Amino acid sequence: MTATLIVLALIMGGVVFWLIFQTINVQPWAEEGPIGQHHAGGAHSIPAAKIGLVVFLCVAASLFSLFVSAYFQRMDFSDWRPLAEPDILWFNTALLILGSLFFQRARNSVVNGQIKGVRTNLLVAGLLTFAFIAGQLWAWQGLQEQGYFLSTNPANSFFYVLTAIHALHMLGGLWVWSTTVFKLQNQVEVYKVRMSVELCTIYWHFLLLVWLGLFALLLST
Amino acid sequence: MAHVALADKEQELAHPKTWIGMYVWSQDHKIIGIQYIITATAVGVIALILSGLMRLQLGFPGVFDFIQPDEYYQAVTMHGMIMIVFMLTAFFLGGFGNVLVPLMCGARDMAFPYMNMLSYWVYLLSVIVVCASFFVPEGPTGAGWTLYPPQAITEGTPGADWGIICMTVSLGLFVVAFTMGGLNYVTTAFQARTRGMTLMRMPLSVWGIIMATILGLLAFPALLVSVIMMTLDKTLDTSFFMPAISSLGENLSHEGGSPILFQHLFWFFGHPEVYIVALPAFGIVSDLISTHARKNIFGYRMMVWAIVAIGGLSFIVWAHHMYVSGMNPYFGFFFATTTLIIAVPTAIKVYNWVLTLWRGNIHLTVPMLFAIGFIFTFIHGGITGLFLGNVVVDVPLSDTYFVVGHFHMVMGVSPFLVVFGGIYHWFPLLTGRMLNDAMGKIHFWLTFLGTYAIYLPMHYIGILGVPRRYYANGTTEFLPDSVHAANFSITIAALVVAAAQFLFLINIFWSLFKGRKSPRNPWRATTIEWQTPDYPPKHGNWGKELPVVHRWAYSYSVPGAKEDFIPQNEPPSKYTRGEGEV
Repeated sequence: MTATLIVLALIMGGVVFWLIFQTINVQPWAEEGPIGQHHAGGAHSIPAAKIGLVVFLCVAASLFSLFVSAYFQRMDFSDWRPLAEPDILWFNTALLILGSLFFQRARNSVVNGQIKGVRTNLLVAGLLTFAFIAGQLWAWQGLQEQGYFLSTNPANSFFYVLTAIHALHMLGGLWVWSTTVFKLQNQVEVYKVRMSVELCTIYWHFLLLVWLGLFALLLST
Repeated sequence: MAHVALADKEQELAHPKTWIGMYVWSQDHKIIGIQYIITATAVGVIALILSGLMRLQLGFPGVFDFIQPDEYYQAVTMHGMIMIVFMLTAFFLGGFGNVLVPLMCGARDMAFPYMNMLSYWVYLLSVIVVCASFFVPEGPTGAGWTLYPPQAITEGTPGADWGIICMTVSLGLFVVAFTMGGLNYVTTAFQARTRGMTLMRMPLSVWGIIMATILGLLAFPALLVSVIMMTLDKTLDTSFFMPAISSLGENLSHEGGSPILFQHLFWFFGHPEVYIVALPAFGIVSDLISTHARKNIFGYRMMVWAIVAIGGLSFIVWAHHMYVSGMNPYFGFFFATTTLIIAVPTAIKVYNWVLTLWRGNIHLTVPMLFAIGFIFTFIHGGITGLFLGNVVVDVPLSDTYFVVGHFHMVMGVSPFLVVFGGIYHWFPLLTGRMLNDAMGKIHFWLTFLGTYAIYLPMHYIGILGVPRRYYANGTTEFLPDSVHAANFSITIAALVVAAAQFLFLINIFWSLFKGRKSPRNPWRATTIEWQTPDYPPKHGNWGKELPVVHRWAYSYSVPGAKEDFIPQNEPPSKYTRGEGEV
């Protein structure tokens, strides 16, 4: 469970570090008074949707790290026979990197209020992601043809499960992407989609990192 | 810079006009909380009845023909899983979390009300699926609440075909529902607090609920991972957990899987789960004790940091549930050490509750009775936890009734006492009526004394070596007659305690319509959920203006103040500062 413990230690460490700054030298029983006398008070300026997304990313990080921990524990058994990862995974990885890049461009455009740039970059980013998922399915198809079925060996099982869980997260992101694209088609003003684009960008970067981690794991074992 | 847009977004709240919109597909956190409470209570009653069936068999072995071994194991399994996950977790976080977090933080609603509504409906779906397993061929799973493979998915175990699938699917749905709800609780507490409600002015109830939510968000994925992989082992013949095995004389297609891997994943969820249930109880009981003893909580900062420390440590103790799994003794030493360390912040909390009571103006109201009862049961359950945390003591006691007695005291009875205390305390806030005091006191004493009558003898028979999960002890020679007498008396006590819970339900229904009208803020509490302009609070909670918080949540018996409590939103004056009339 080392992988999971490292991820959780980072998350909990972040929470504790933040809390220390919030609570150090605070004596709530001794403080009384209107706002501004002792604290700015209230919540901070990061939008709720971003906080919600960051919390969700922590949940997803925990989920993937648990799969990775299970992977490490299971591969120690004698029946583990590593499978040769299909070459198309390299191509898929490139697609995902490009997708993330285009999301970043879309985010830059939305910050600068360039609706056209948002529309184009967002569309390309989504299509690249669809291509990534299609590529993953292609990889599955190739493995099936070579006889690497889900239940043939635990290494195969993990390959299918890890890629499926990652793809499901991508599909969830594509749902938000599609609603944003739909809004843009209806000529909404750019500030109305700013949050969605920013959230999608963070989410795509996160899922790219997760995929790079998983891909490295699959290649190295 | 204060950011109040979210907390004060009244114009963005959904304002449904129809009854269905207001009370069924509601996005109001209070209604969603009540929906959680009603559903969790309903499913809890099912689990209570199942425990009654178990006790009938153990107290009167062989007398009741309708309880055969299969039904017994199914009752054991469903009782455990329903009580822990679908009842207590849902009640504390879905119920109390929904009702209290926005109100106590001074928000109009949760940060994401629509997702909050979805959270309840997915939770309800998970409850429906788990209950549907009573009606599938061969009934629900009888694998024990820990669902250990290979037993759970191998022929011969009750419900090994349909029942276990219903269980894994319902748990998966529950995790999804919890994640949607949990995102709301955390984001609301971090972002939607009203002006002046700094972190260190938050009531401990909120701290407990939020830390438990963080634990849940990080630990429930372990349950999700384990049920996904077990479902694949069952349905698609993978071998994540399933070793090479023969079942009913036939070699199965699995090979090489690791049942111990499942145990690691399960307990990586399972132990934080104890604190997911306990931390909200810690927080709520702190508020109950402070309010009903008319005294500020002792060591507030320590209480906050103890909650955080317990939350962090709860992730590195999981393998103390696995001492008999053949683990490396060095690991056993490590996990025994961390288990004992977690007792330190927990003990700090207990001392602080007792020191809050010390020389307090104790009002023995029904909520206070339950809070004090909790301190007793939690100390007893906690101390036996120290026994079981030590490898050398745990090994002989493993899988005996000592363990059953321990965990029922510490994470069964104790949280339930807080659930009851919380309901007696906040029922007036939600309904505008008081619960009947006499019925409440009868309910408390029967429950409190009754649970001791149930669980103390379990420790005794556990030390004698009576194994848990056995359908019948038979005429095993090493068991003295006192074991059978104890089992008989435990069953009688259990039936009495179960009946007392129906008295509680009668009290709820009766008081809902006939109960005494509650005055505003009947407990004279400082926290702002009692200071809403409408009583009970309406959708949006705060009318036109959000409250402004001026102090912490525990200004009780302040010298020189006009009354023995100063609400958090009361502006400072010469009276509240102690410079006025005495």
